Amino acid sequence: MTDAALSAPLSSRRATIGRLLSDPATVAGLVLCSVVVAGALLAPWLSPRDPLEQNIIDRLTGPGSEYLLGTDQFGRDVLSRLLWGARISLMVSFLSISAALVIGGAIGMISGYIGGRFDLVTMQVMDVLLSFPSLVLGMIMVALLGSSITNLIIAIALTAIAPFARIARAPVLVIKERAFIEAGRALGFSHLRILLVHVLPNIVTDLLVMGTLWMATAVRTEASLSFIGLGVKPPTSTWGGMMRDGFENILDSPWLCIWPGLAILVLVLGLNLVGDGLCDVTDPKATQ
Amino acid sequence: MSASETLLDVHDLAKHFTLTKGFPRPVTTTVRAVDGVSFAVQRGEAFGLVGESGCGKSTAARAVLGLIPPDAGRVRFAGTDVTDAKGSTLQRLRRRMQIVFQDPYSSLNPRRTIGQALTEPLGVHGLARGRAARERAIALLEEVGLPPSAYDRHPHEFSGGQRQRIGIARALSVEPELIVADEPVSALDVSVQAQVLLLLKDLQARRGLTFVLVSHDLGVIRWFCARVAVMYLGRIVEDGPVSRVFGTPRHPYTRMLRDASPIPDPGIRSQLPRIVGEIPSAADPPAGCHFHPRCPRASDICRTVYPQWRADGEGGVACHHPED
Repeated sequence: MTDAALSAPLSSRRATIGRLLSDPATVAGLVLCSVVVAGALLAPWLSPRDPLEQNIIDRLTGPGSEYLLGTDQFGRDVLSRLLWGARISLMVSFLSISAALVIGGAIGMISGYIGGRFDLVTMQVMDVLLSFPSLVLGMIMVALLGSSITNLIIAIALTAIAPFARIARAPVLVIKERAFIEAGRALGFSHLRILLVHVLPNIVTDLLVMGTLWMATAVRTEASLSFIGLGVKPPTSTWGGMMRDGFENILDSPWLCIWPGLAILVLVLGLNLVGDGLCDVTDPKATQ
Repeated sequence: MSASETLLDVHDLAKHFTLTKGFPRPVTTTVRAVDGVSFAVQRGEAFGLVGESGCGKSTAARAVLGLIPPDAGRVRFAGTDVTDAKGSTLQRLRRRMQIVFQDPYSSLNPRRTIGQALTEPLGVHGLARGRAARERAIALLEEVGLPPSAYDRHPHEFSGGQRQRIGIARALSVEPELIVADEPVSALDVSVQAQVLLLLKDLQARRGLTFVLVSHDLGVIRWFCARVAVMYLGRIVEDGPVSRVFGTPRHPYTRMLRDASPIPDPGIRSQLPRIVGEIPSAADPPAGCHFHPRCPRASDICRTVYPQWRADGEGGVACHHPED
């Protein structure tokens, strides 16, 4: 392919990024997300202490110069645990939503493309999955599989597959009726080629926008499951786990719940703002 | 090229759509979109299929190409059965017959450049790759009257007429022998219609293409086609050479269509004909001859028995009381 052929989609992509950055809410979201991602990536250097190191003498110390955000009931540094916990929260939400996006997207796309009875049955299975609140489904999964980071990722991914399948299927129903799909069949293209080359690129933005919004949900689900003790096992620090531990001392040491709560708020708010921004920018009605 | 070689032979083609609706007692309705259609197209010929909206002409065209499986009947293309073709046989047939669509706005993938749209079929059929494919694509663009710079652009940068040219170029990319054009100019402005029709006619002459042109526009059929079949509610009611069918129509429906299509000649101005009734639903066609509720010549037999096909030399008619 020639340079010019590649530059056309690139320049439109650049225009999309430009529109994205002209919206102050989206920029704020990007900043919030960047702060969390930077904190997670730089945790080994930013953390003042080992997140697992216990200083029993200094337990439940309030925020101050010695411990910037205070210590928990084992005398562990809250700031360090928060930074290391960001890694778990981001990793769990990113991996689970990526898996759900790929699996759910494929199910929805194929189901919508094939149509008929197969589509009906598949989507009814998805509706059954959808009818469970994601926290309840996550609890069932973790109870069945046992609690570990991998199982947590699997559990959250399972809760998010159905919505991605729905989101992927709807535009496929429209696209598959368009003449260029029939043209592809008349030209002897395989179904796989039609799906990957002609259907997928037309739904991928929808999926990515959903992915951003669902990552926020995954952060909350992970925190909730960790909070009720079904998430990552102690002593590994996660935001939900920190809130659960802090909950026991919430009257004397409220900061133990406030800091992880704020961290969750920042990340969820940031992801939602970015997701909304992407949604507006990729809406064809807004671009033309 | 002998003029008598039959390239496409459609025999008793039928396509029914069923729709089940309602709860608790679902009612199944069967729409007989195409209900026993037969026609033959000679190599190098332009054959027209004409009829009102909903008469099944587009469905018939798609069944001919094997894009939808027919419920009954046979389609033979140069002696090969299209209806049963699978795998590599079907793949080879796909190369030899192509389709041009009505809506130029939905016939191109908005995310692919024109170059990608034109080279993709070349790659799939192993005709050309890389530089050779690019050169062939640019030659195709020139053949349909577009500049080589179109190669790197996206469909949204083109007008309806230009997109239709690109759709035609894509159909030509695999070097087909037959092109089924489904209302190729109906979605275009009148001024552009003429250009696209001229292009198709030019291509037919230059490449020796065979055309099946589906249209509701008698003017287009009259100008483009040598022979025509008139469809009404899923069946062919009359066929033959265009000049004969539209000059001295034998089926009352053909006459009605002909009289409803104005001829730009003040000398033969006459009263606009009265068009009786609407086209009935193909889900519930009238008993007997489907046309009898609208027909001025209908008699008792028309209300009970569907008329048999009467062949007459170069064509035929399905009517109990054909005009002479």
